[in-house]
Amino acid sequence: MDTVPDGFILVCKRGCPTCTMIEPVMVQIEGSKIPLTVYTQDDPSFPGSVKSVVDDTSLEFSYHLNIEVVPTLIRMKGGSEVGRIVGWERSEWETFTGLDNLGKGLPNYRPGCGSMNVEPGRAEELAIRFGSVKPGVREIELAPLEDDIEACFERGWTDGLPVVPPTKERVFRMLQGTTRSPDEIVGVIPPDQIPCTVSKVAINSVLAGCKPEYLPVVLAAVEASCIDAFCMHGLIATTYFSGPVVIVNGPIVKAIGMNSGINALGQGNRANATIGRALQLVVRNVGGGRPGGVDRATLGNPGKYTFCFAENESGSPWEPLSVERGFSPGTSTVTLFGGQGVQGIFDQLSRTPESLARTFASCLRTVAHPKIPMAADALLVVSPEHGRIFRMAGWSKARLKEELDSLLQIPGSEMVRGANDIAEGIPESLAEGTLPKFRPGGLNIVHAGGTAGLFSAIIGGWVASGPIGSQPVTKEIKS
Amino acid sequence: MTENRILLDPTAERSPAKRERLTRPSSLDGLTIGLLDISKARGDIFLDEVESLLTERGLTVKRFKKPTFARVAPTELKQEISTQCDAVIEALAD
Repeated sequence: MDTVPDGFILVCKRGCPTCTMIEPVMVQIEGSKIPLTVYTQDDPSFPGSVKSVVDDTSLEFSYHLNIEVVPTLIRMKGGSEVGRIVGWERSEWETFTGLDNLGKGLPNYRPGCGSMNVEPGRAEELAIRFGSVKPGVREIELAPLEDDIEACFERGWTDGLPVVPPTKERVFRMLQGTTRSPDEIVGVIPPDQIPCTVSKVAINSVLAGCKPEYLPVVLAAVEASCIDAFCMHGLIATTYFSGPVVIVNGPIVKAIGMNSGINALGQGNRANATIGRALQLVVRNVGGGRPGGVDRATLGNPGKYTFCFAENESGSPWEPLSVERGFSPGTSTVTLFGGQGVQGIFDQLSRTPESLARTFASCLRTVAHPKIPMAADALLVVSPEHGRIFRMAGWSKARLKEELDSLLQIPGSEMVRGANDIAEGIPESLAEGTLPKFRPGGLNIVHAGGTAGLFSAIIGGWVASGPIGSQPVTKEIKS
Repeated sequence: MTENRILLDPTAERSPAKRERLTRPSSLDGLTIGLLDISKARGDIFLDEVESLLTERGLTVKRFKKPTFARVAPTELKQEISTQCDAVIEALAD
């Protein structure tokens, strides 16, 4: 770009009535001692009555001068800007230029118009063309007749569903969703142990269909998946069903419009659907974790496309999961749980917490196998109608957990190999006494769902839950 | 369609930017070979020769033919070849 000369710089466009109105003023300034250069954004023949007009239809000068409103009048001295004014106000222009009687017969005041370089869509394009921040990733050129969505399939970038093609513009817009630098490393992604940049997370968020404001949630989820205790590598590689389940807490839930209500675990909400999918696509594309490759799941589960929901905190009888896990109320977090599909709990008749807790315990016992204790964790999703029963009885979440722990102390004799004519079970040596179904801390409870329906849900965990395998992890969502 | 369209790579960039061809079989032993005649003149003569050379080596050969060389193969034909054969040889020119 050529440098901007000293003197007065006026940026304008013919499409702005204020700019066209002040054309006589431009002529007055041009006739003064200080030179005037006019940069025109839309029509190089405007303003016709001024001699020194620069064609800025590329908007390069407007971009570099950070013009937001036209007309903008800038005073340059010794190669630097010493001041600027926008719009038209006669007295301000007279003071700024040191000239009297500007624009005789014109109104005293007219606001300007939006500058073309900041129009939605155009701003991104200009930032890509003229800006200094680059995503720093490889560019893939498509063949002239190649369909862009099919191209993404052909290159193996998808989970089986179509993805949004990651153009430079889309990735640039996605990166506006975070204050973090595109080249910052978010974590090392298994199974190939690849350092993953903010850019790569942004590209995969574009593929998944995220809005830029979801990016901080995806970044936190990717960070959480890299925490050693979560054992993402094992979750990818296992023959078992499990994959990452993303639970979101805090003010971000309402801010980005996540669903914690009707059909919270189902389809239909863009944020829920695309945040969970983005995490899976990062694992697939950056980490290299693909079905049939390192992912050896026997059956898998539909949640491996995406499994992400928000906790319904405002209607909950209890403290949110994030608070239970040590974060202060009002902090936005993601919690990852190595979970599988949803197992429904049906109980329409219990009206006391004792009875409902026994229903929960009976159903929870079947996670993985009714004769296998302390192997798989579980996440219990309590719906509003079931939650109300505990609220009305004044049961805290801790009280319910205590009750479930006690109900799920199972006699070893019921679970030993061969008991109940089932070969599966625990060694004979554990027949004496009882064993808990879940390891300490292995059962977590959240509140979500629509307000009608006396149903809750169990999301069973990996059979290698706990320190030997995967433990739930929580990460704060930052901008 | 004249402008080159660019997508940004979502992967770890460990494979070439251009799509790789499928790896060729290291040996033809035990494979079923499809011979695809695209309906160009004398393609059948060329493939007859290839067939006799392959069968001399004890390989299983299956013959296929596109209805016209001017268009891509019908989906059914592509599926027939991909489910029945391990490799395919195509006679491209006159």
